[in-house]
Amino acid sequence: MSAETRETSYREAVREAIRDALRRDPRVFLMGEDVGRYGGCYAVTKGLYDEFGPERIRDTPLSESGFTGAGIGAAMGGMRPIVEIMTVNFSLLALDQIVNNAATIRHMSGGQLNVPVVIRMACGAGRQLAAQHSHSLEAWYAHIPGIKVVAPATLEDARGMLWTALEDPDPVVIFEHVMLYNRTAQLASDAGPVSIEGAAVRRAGGDLTLITYGGSLYKTLEAAEALAGEGIAAEVIDLRSLRPLDDATIMASVARTHRALIVDEGWRSGSLAAEISARIMEQAFWELDAPVGRVCSAEVPIPYPKHLEDAALPQVEGIVAAAKAVTGR
Amino acid sequence: MTDTKLHLNREHALHLLREMLRIRRFEERCAELYTEEKIRGFLHLYIGEEAIAVGVMQCLTPEDAVVATYREHGHALARGMPMTRMMAEMYGRQEGCSRGRGGSMHLFDAASRFYGGNAIVGGSLPLAVGLALADKMRGRQQVTACFFGEGAAAEGEFHESLNLAALWQLPVLFVCENNLYAMGTALERSESETHIFRKAQSYKVEAEAVNGMDVLAIEVAARRGVAAIRAGGGPRFLECQTYRFRAHSMFDAQLYRDKAEVEAWREKGPVLRFGHWLEETGMLDPAGRARIEAEIEAELATAVAFAEQGTWEPVEDLTRDVYTERLA
Repeated sequence: MSAETRETSYREAVREAIRDALRRDPRVFLMGEDVGRYGGCYAVTKGLYDEFGPERIRDTPLSESGFTGAGIGAAMGGMRPIVEIMTVNFSLLALDQIVNNAATIRHMSGGQLNVPVVIRMACGAGRQLAAQHSHSLEAWYAHIPGIKVVAPATLEDARGMLWTALEDPDPVVIFEHVMLYNRTAQLASDAGPVSIEGAAVRRAGGDLTLITYGGSLYKTLEAAEALAGEGIAAEVIDLRSLRPLDDATIMASVARTHRALIVDEGWRSGSLAAEISARIMEQAFWELDAPVGRVCSAEVPIPYPKHLEDAALPQVEGIVAAAKAVTGR
Repeated sequence: MTDTKLHLNREHALHLLREMLRIRRFEERCAELYTEEKIRGFLHLYIGEEAIAVGVMQCLTPEDAVVATYREHGHALARGMPMTRMMAEMYGRQEGCSRGRGGSMHLFDAASRFYGGNAIVGGSLPLAVGLALADKMRGRQQVTACFFGEGAAAEGEFHESLNLAALWQLPVLFVCENNLYAMGTALERSESETHIFRKAQSYKVEAEAVNGMDVLAIEVAARRGVAAIRAGGGPRFLECQTYRFRAHSMFDAQLYRDKAEVEAWREKGPVLRFGHWLEETGMLDPAGRARIEAEIEAELATAVAFAEQGTWEPVEDLTRDVYTERLA
C-alpha cells in the first residue's frame, strides 16, 4: 500500500489511463477529432500518436455522429474503442448514435448484442469559452437507460475509471471537467483500475451532507473547509457515477446528518440535483430536519466575460451560504 | 471466399425465385395478420424490392455482416433467419429473434451477424462503418453489407459514413434501395442531385446504378462489388432503382402518388419478371411453381403456428437487457 507517489496532473492521469488500456488490450483504440497529430484539444493524448501509431490513435474528420457510430459498430464487431468527443456541446451532434443506438441495441436485440464502447468528453465552464463550449449536460445522459455515466473528479478516478469502463460490456460515457485537467496532486505510481460504481465520501462530517460530482467537487470541499471554520461539520459526497446513482451512500449520509445540499454545475431545471433531491424526499423524508438545498448554475447560456461566467456557476461563497441556510445558521 | 462470377444454373435460378417468393408471401401474410391485430406498431413492407436483398445476400458468406433498416423482413429472410423466430418477433413473443423486444423494425440475429433492424434513417450507416473498421483492424477478410433507402442520402450520417469508409478504405458494401419516395416525399422534391450513386462518387467511392427489379443484375453487381472489397479495394456503392408496391407503413393512405404509377411499376415487378423469364427459358413449369408455392405455404404455416403458440415475456422481466447482468 505504501507505493511511491508523484506529482501528477489530471490530464496526465487520463493520458496514463489511455496508455495503460492500449497496452493491456490490442482491441483498444482511441478515435476522435485531433486526438493524434495535434495531441488532443486539451492535450490529453499528447505523445500517444507517436507511441501507438495512426491506427490506434485515430484522427477523425469533424463527423461526431459518424465516428461515434463507428465506435459503436466497432464495439459490436469485437473492438474496445475509446471515442473522444471534444466537448459535451459537440456530442449533441452524436446524440442519435448514443441515445438511439448505443443505449438501445442490447435491449432491442433481446440481449444478443453488447456495445462495449467508452465515450469520453470534456464538459463544464470556467475557461471563458462562452455558450457553445462550456455546458454541463451530464444530466441529459444520466437520463438514458442503457448507458452508464461517470464523472471522475479525483486523479485516482481519472487514472482508474477508464480501464474498468472498457471492461464493462455496456456503453460508458466519461465526463472530464475542463477545469480539472490542470489540477495536480500526488498519485501513487502504481495507481490502477478503480470501480466505476458507487459514490465516495470525500470528507466526513455530521452536520450536513454536501452532494456533488466532477468539477464542483473541489469548490464543495473548499466550502466544507470554510464551514468547518464556522463550526459546521459538512460531509462531502462525490457521486462518481451519475448513472446509476448510489442512493445507498446518499441516504446513509443523510440519515446521519439530517440535512442535504446538492452542488451541481448543470442548470437547476431538470437537473441531476433535482433528481437527487427527489430521491432523498422519496427515500429519506423522515430523516430530514430541513428542506434539501441546491446550488446550480444560473439559467443562462454560459456568458463570455469572466465576471458573468463566475456569476453563472456555483461558487464557494454561494455553497457556504446555501449550506448555512440548510443548517438554519 | 465468395465466387466473383454468377453461375446461373437452373438450381440457382429457382433458389432466387424461391427466396423472393418467401419474402413476398411472408409479408402478404404479415399484412393480413396486421389487419387481424396480431401484429401491431409499424409494419413496413418490402414488397416490390425483394430482388435487392436476395441478389446481394447470394454474395455474402456467413462471416460477413448485414446492417439493415426498419424495412428489413426481406433482408432477414434472405440472410437465413428462421421464419418461425421472425414471425414470433412480429407478434412480440419472447420466442422471437429479438425476444419480442424489437418487433417488425428491430429484427436482430447475432448468429448470422444481422445487426438490425434500425429505425433511424441514416443512423445505421455509421454502425456499418464501425463493424467494417473492426474487421479491418482485426485483419479479417469480411464485408459489411449496409442497406438503406434513398431517403438516407439526405441525412448527414450518410455523408459522414461514406467519407469515413472511403477515407479509411473500409470493407463496406453500401446498398441504396432507391424506391423514389422517402415515406411520402418524392426524390425530386427532396434532393438536388437525384442520382444517389453520384453522391457516393463524390467521396471517391466506386458506385453504380443497377436495375433493382432484376435479381440477376443485382447479384452480378453485388458479386463484383464484394469481390473488389475483399480484394482490399475499399467500399463499393450500389444504387438499386426499385419501387415499393405497398404503402410506406400500414398507416399510409398513399395520397402522394398515382395508382397508375404503382401499376406501371408492378408490371416491372421482380418476382413477376423473373418468374416469366424462368418459364420462357423452360427452367420452371406450372407444376414446379406450384411446388415452390406449396413449400413456402408450409413454411409460413409453421411460422404462424410458432408465433401463435409463443408466450409473452413475464412483466417481472420488464427491465431485463437494459444492461448486461453480470454475475457477482
